[in-house]
Amino acid sequence: MRIGIDVGGTNTDAVLMDGTTVVSSTKTPTTANVSEGIAAALRDVIADSGINTASIDGVMIGTTHFTNAVVERKHLTPTACIRLGLPATVCLPPMVDWPLDLRDIVGGNAHLAHGGHEFDGREISAFEPDEVRDIAEKIKAAGLKAIAISSVFSPVNSIFEEQSAEIVRSVIPDANITLSSEIGRIGLLERENAAIMNSCLRQLAARTVDGFKAALDELRITSPFYISQNDGTLMNADFAKEYPVLTFASGPTNSMRGAAFLSGLKDAIVVDVGGTTTDIGVLQHGFPRVAALAVDIGGVRTNFRMPDTYSIGLGGGSLIQEDPLKVGPRSVGYELTEKALVFGGDVLTATDIIVAGGVSTPREGGSVEGGALNIGDSNVVADLDSGLVEAVQARIMEMIAIAVDRMKTSATPVPVIVVGGGSILVTGEIEGASEIIKPDHFPVANAIGAAIAQVGGECDRIFSLAELSRDEALDQAKQEASDRAVNAGAAAASVDIVDVEEVPLAYLPGNATRIMVKAVGDLRGVLPPGEGGGVERGA
Amino acid sequence: MRIIDESVLEDLALGAAVLGTGGGGDPYIGKLMARQAIRDYGPVELYTLDELDDDDLVVPTAMMGAPTVMVEKMPNGDDIVNAFQSVGKYIGKPVKATMSIEAGGLNSVVPIYCAARLGVPMVDCDGMGRAFPELQMVTHTIHGISSTPFAMSDERGNTVLMETISNLWTETFARSVTVNMGAMAMIALYAATAAELREAAIPGTITLAEEIGKVVRRARLEEEEPVETIRAAVGGYLIFRGKIGDVERRTEAGFAKGDAMIDGIDEYAGQSLQLSFQNEHLAARVDGEFRVTVPDLLAVLDVDTGEPITTEGLRYGFRVAIIAIPCAEKWRSPKGLEIVGPAYFGYDTDYVPVEDRYGGG
Repeated sequence: MRIGIDVGGTNTDAVLMDGTTVVSSTKTPTTANVSEGIAAALRDVIADSGINTASIDGVMIGTTHFTNAVVERKHLTPTACIRLGLPATVCLPPMVDWPLDLRDIVGGNAHLAHGGHEFDGREISAFEPDEVRDIAEKIKAAGLKAIAISSVFSPVNSIFEEQSAEIVRSVIPDANITLSSEIGRIGLLERENAAIMNSCLRQLAARTVDGFKAALDELRITSPFYISQNDGTLMNADFAKEYPVLTFASGPTNSMRGAAFLSGLKDAIVVDVGGTTTDIGVLQHGFPRVAALAVDIGGVRTNFRMPDTYSIGLGGGSLIQEDPLKVGPRSVGYELTEKALVFGGDVLTATDIIVAGGVSTPREGGSVEGGALNIGDSNVVADLDSGLVEAVQARIMEMIAIAVDRMKTSATPVPVIVVGGGSILVTGEIEGASEIIKPDHFPVANAIGAAIAQVGGECDRIFSLAELSRDEALDQAKQEASDRAVNAGAAAASVDIVDVEEVPLAYLPGNATRIMVKAVGDLRGVLPPGEGGGVERGA
Repeated sequence: MRIIDESVLEDLALGAAVLGTGGGGDPYIGKLMARQAIRDYGPVELYTLDELDDDDLVVPTAMMGAPTVMVEKMPNGDDIVNAFQSVGKYIGKPVKATMSIEAGGLNSVVPIYCAARLGVPMVDCDGMGRAFPELQMVTHTIHGISSTPFAMSDERGNTVLMETISNLWTETFARSVTVNMGAMAMIALYAATAAELREAAIPGTITLAEEIGKVVRRARLEEEEPVETIRAAVGGYLIFRGKIGDVERRTEAGFAKGDAMIDGIDEYAGQSLQLSFQNEHLAARVDGEFRVTVPDLLAVLDVDTGEPITTEGLRYGFRVAIIAIPCAEKWRSPKGLEIVGPAYFGYDTDYVPVEDRYGGG
């Protein structure tokens, strides 16, 4: 059995799953000390089901804790950065694009050194060990131990980053070093930013992960535990302490993975209706489609593979304007239960309209929300003009249909999975949807997404097709991605290639191509049962 | 003369993306370079062509290469200075100012870096009034201004200086040198006097880009009709509103080419527009008939936000408004059309100015 936990800003959700069945679930408030909230949620699900903690094979935790630390500028360790690439890149030194307040906190201790590679693997300049040693001495003198090392085109060749790390360790034995090639893709500033943020989050990560462990120990849960990453796969506890930055944006990913699991669909559109916004994402082969654009975390540009979601200003708290008819984007938000008419307030919201309409589509799997919605006091809205109610319902469905269509990749109708607290807003057909599924347990889709997560590996680099054929390059990329998945704890037999992307480089004479491959597999020793071996520390 | 400081860069880059007509490279790296140089060396003076003396020599500066490489191996900074100064040294005359060769996309902002570093002014004009994929596609070529002496510099300190018999040859050689330099080079080219530029360049395009950016940003904040606001600001014509259907892409000779089929919505329902692109949006056919082609500009905007959509960003389901913008008059001469007309890009149609089809209002 597995337990999935989602630690959000407001709630900590937990689910206990036996194979593919949800045995019990709970929602508890997130506490200032994150592990207390987790312990409370764990107690709930375990007590609910009455199981023996010895039968728990794994605990999977999704958390926004590290993202929030950057956004709130809290608990960040001052960090130095060494970039290898001289004489290139001088005009844009490390942290050049950071918000000044964050740069001040992290320290802006940046150094440039020789090294780096060209896109085709040639060296930009020779690596100079003494230069790096001098820089390490300076960092030591500044009293810093957190260090990020980046090198131009290190996704193509990371040798200089590795050699530098060795030298830095010889000067500062207890240095906490992040290599950019370990966590990012092509795009030097973005990859380097991620590496710096990773090093500055490691102390917090160590404390937090130890806190998770303490919460589990308290409940005598001895199984291994894992933390979910932004791509919907897992890392083990030790790996999470090393790479906290990889948890960024794991929330939306878990929610979509949970929706996939609950509906049994691998290719579908997920509509997550909240209080203020509706987020629409696309599942491909059971994973969220990733965004092509750069993503800001706390004002810092990174190139993590985030789910490609499209948000519209529509939710349960959306304000209704009658003439001309308008739904949202303004919303009463979290004050819905005070301000909406059905809750005794004086603001007409989308929720009031739906309650007045009194219809709701039955949930897939039997649990029917029913005509009586049981939301607030429906008498208050009984007199609302039925023409208005219908018009608003039609408008809501139109807004959702347009947003869904925008995220589709072709005109072919696709299934639509509706999750989230505001999913009562979906009252009719969605144009372009082959079916609409409102699964059970939709409020804890996040925690379920964490519970069912697999482990993965990625390869993203530029191959020169002068020496390799295209097929050889693809095979090599797939092998690298698979090896990384196995190193991260996947059972080798279960590893699948889930994504292959090839981008020929413009302006170059047809011999260089960027290949991105993602492989995932089931966790060794947890899924499927019987796969032997413990989980190794990730690559 | 006016001052380009940090506060205008955001607008300038945003407007440059509209003039980039779907290509021209992401202005992000260029914007950061310009911002850093302004912070380190102070703001830049932007002169109009009229404010220069006839004999003042102007040398444009730019980045050339693969966008994927530009985001990884950023320039040194000395490289762009080297390219700029090499051209002046070869000519043997003092250089008064630099300018942008391409107001659309990345190269609208790159010369600001050079200008700030060296304390030289920048001139408010460019050679395209938009973005184009090849080096000879500038109004300078129409007016017989040579791209050479042409300097290409890398971060190591290498500079390759060339003299060629035509701007097309410069393009050919420059491509191979760019690959040797690591698929990216800083370049200086098309040196000309202010008197020549008054004939050959497109005036006011840096200010135009900034104005467009300002309008887009304001329209977004104030929830106006951004598309209509942008259309009015650029003096363009709304030619279509629709939903992107199929997008077909192919790579030919190092260029990203393709077509997007767009199904009409609202008053365009029932019609279908075929948008053809090669790095930039180049031609629009409605129900099979050419309606707008190069050199006129095609801006594809998100119907709700007015956000310019790049050729790589074209995706099924996006609702877009397509605005056609008259190109600079210079492109409409027989010589201009020879360089960037529909025939050069392989479209079998005569060029008809967008005003002739959509004007009258």
